[in-house]
Amino acid sequence: MPTEDGAPANDEMIEVDLRNPAVAAVWAWVCPGAGHIYQRRYAKGILFMVCILGTWFFGLSLGNGHVVYASWAKDDHRWQYFCQLGVGTPALPAIVQSQRAKKGQEPLFGGWMAPPKNVVNYESRDDELSQWHLKYHSFFELGTLYTMIAGLLNVLAIYDAYAGPMVVTSEEKPDKPPPDDQDDS
Amino acid sequence: MIELLASVADTNRLWYALPLVVSVSLVYGATRHELVGPILNNAFRAAVWIGGFMAIIFVILMAISWWV
Repeated sequence: MPTEDGAPANDEMIEVDLRNPAVAAVWAWVCPGAGHIYQRRYAKGILFMVCILGTWFFGLSLGNGHVVYASWAKDDHRWQYFCQLGVGTPALPAIVQSQRAKKGQEPLFGGWMAPPKNVVNYESRDDELSQWHLKYHSFFELGTLYTMIAGLLNVLAIYDAYAGPMVVTSEEKPDKPPPDDQDDS
Repeated sequence: MIELLASVADTNRLWYALPLVVSVSLVYGATRHELVGPILNNAFRAAVWIGGFMAIIFVILMAISWWV
């Protein structure tokens, strides 16, 4: 029931205008929170943007920009990137860097999000990935974890932009009594 | 005992979990509700649940490292 000042008492009574859900979902992937801002759900949009991008960039800074990279090389299957890709545009420079590396070109932005060079599955001083682990210690894993979780959180945000909040409404509760049938008599 | 103290002293890195817990709780709460009040309420409960779960795991691991 609405309160006396007309405001809804809880969010079960709110009708969310999702506008075009598919467009909102695409926007939500392109930039976390943008889908909600497109739907004029500004508070949630800003909340998603701050939380997800904050987590993303904090994780990225822990590993000095090296924890996000795209590689499917023989000894370096970077499956974590599939989770990180959920964050959208902020993860895309890794694909550009990966393509440049495949063509033998020098990485852009000082190697930021570029795949490591000379990755091997044995001890080697030339193995750049090993050097990163040596340099950043546990922060490399921590940064990877942060960026992965940011990407996965954005998947939740994309779903929310597409389908609205996962609130259990009173219509969905199974033990709701039927409408007043006795009035029909 | 020294090992036990050392393991507790090494928990400084656990502080890195705090922003993650806050972020995850808020986003999870925001996907369940539309208004700020219920979102914060849900986020708080989720944060307590995550913290409690981490505390239980922490105690179990510390006990194992103490006994073994």
